[in-house]
Amino acid sequence: MFEDDAIPVEKIDRNIFLTTVDWIYNWGRQYSMWPAMFGLACCAIEMIGASTARYDIARFGMEFYRASPRHADLMIVAGTVTHKMAPQVKRIWDQMPEPKYCLAMGSCAISGGIFKSYAVLQGVDEIIPVDVYVPGCPPRPEALFDGIRKIHRMVRAQSIKTVRWYGKEKKEA
Amino acid sequence: MLKTETITINMGPQHPSTHGVFRMVLTLNGETIVDLKPMFGYLHRGLEKTSESRTYLQAVPFTDRLDYICSMSNNFAYAVAVEKLAGIEVPLRAEYIRVIMAELTRLVNHMLAVGFLFNDLGAWYTPVVYAFRERERILDLFEMASGSRMMCNYIRPGGVAADLPAEFLPQLRKMIPHLENFVREIRFYLSDNEIFKARAVGVGFLPADMAVAYSITGPVLRASGVKYDVRKAEPYSIYDQFEFDVPTQVAGDVYARYLQRLDEMDESLKILRQAVERIPDGEYATKVPSRLRPPKGEAYARIEAPKGELGFYLVSDGSPNPYRWRNRPPSLINLSALREMCLGHKVADVVTILGSIDITLADVDR
Repeated sequence: MFEDDAIPVEKIDRNIFLTTVDWIYNWGRQYSMWPAMFGLACCAIEMIGASTARYDIARFGMEFYRASPRHADLMIVAGTVTHKMAPQVKRIWDQMPEPKYCLAMGSCAISGGIFKSYAVLQGVDEIIPVDVYVPGCPPRPEALFDGIRKIHRMVRAQSIKTVRWYGKEKKEA
Repeated sequence: MLKTETITINMGPQHPSTHGVFRMVLTLNGETIVDLKPMFGYLHRGLEKTSESRTYLQAVPFTDRLDYICSMSNNFAYAVAVEKLAGIEVPLRAEYIRVIMAELTRLVNHMLAVGFLFNDLGAWYTPVVYAFRERERILDLFEMASGSRMMCNYIRPGGVAADLPAEFLPQLRKMIPHLENFVREIRFYLSDNEIFKARAVGVGFLPADMAVAYSITGPVLRASGVKYDVRKAEPYSIYDQFEFDVPTQVAGDVYARYLQRLDEMDESLKILRQAVERIPDGEYATKVPSRLRPPKGEAYARIEAPKGELGFYLVSDGSPNPYRWRNRPPSLINLSALREMCLGHKVADVVTILGSIDITLADVDR
């Protein structure tokens, strides 16, 4: 503590910064978004590729893939969702705590892709809400990053006053 | 008298070590496995039935997505089967390009298999990052030739989709010593690791007679000491013109399968060196009509894919669509011995053994 009450002005300049709750809260969420470790098919390999040396998802603070959906903020649906797998996908989504986001990676997760067959769910958005769609078969890691940046922008635009997971009263989704 | 009972636990389908959506029901006595029941079908996409409603050429992209790590090998096997069915001749340059691509795919697959094996053992991500570093360089070559990184759709019935670009071969020549160095690097870092040996030596033993009885193929079979490779046993394409060995191991455990993959990478590089030197100029494909109508009949062609014997069985009724489109996936058949390999081991060894078999779930479920 300072001996006299006067705090030198230059110390204030250097050590105190003003922000809004929204800004700091969203900044923290944006740069420590943990994806669920959840690969379904081919796109999972590109998702792993995105997290390795050349593309390095760690630049966005996201290299920490969580094996448990309870730790995760982002679900990357990487691959074909079949009718047999759909209940598990829904269950993993339900296990994730709010705030949570969903990124549909690749044609199969978006619309079933080339697999118009009896076994494949024609798009994961039939069972869970999807925030960002990344097309491609499989999308390149750069495309995945573009989708992730779009999710970051979504996070930045949210306000703690209106989001549905904060506060006592129930808000509409 | 201590009263014990077995418990049943469920591993998967969402589990970081099951290499996709694979589920195992384990019956445990303490931590020892008494019974193991693999459950699959979580990635069954109806590939065979869908392909039967496509023309022969339209089915090539479906083969890409069978074993998504080695799309080129799948294209290759399918192209060989269609050519056998329709009696199509392939130009020599195309055969060389195919061999180059197939061997590069084998390198990609084996480096990933080794990397993910260590992932399962708890060396979290470091070997995978090394493997992916080299994989990206090979994928650059694939992209240069075919325009796509993973789903190449490059080897078609009659040849290949396009000629190699001019800068492909010089870059490949530069890469071969680099890749040889990479295999040496892996051996140096990992082969003598005490922790790895403690987890891998003697684990998941598969005797040679049982491997043959289960019709296991590929590195898993050769690691059990059976010298069998389709490239030598029934040479397809131009593999009879290359000099290479079929390495084998004797131990038949996880460690032997790891060493086997490294040895096979060396042999692949040997083939690549010869192919790059000898590749002739000329046509890269024979003209095949887009609505190919093979004569009535059936054909089965098989190749040595990185994971084992990959075969395609096609039946033609003279129409542009195949009457039956069937493939023999190496992953599914190699997986059938999982229970025998796991019995008596601990829970933690199951993921190691599964990693050493090297499966792709899309190949298992189709």
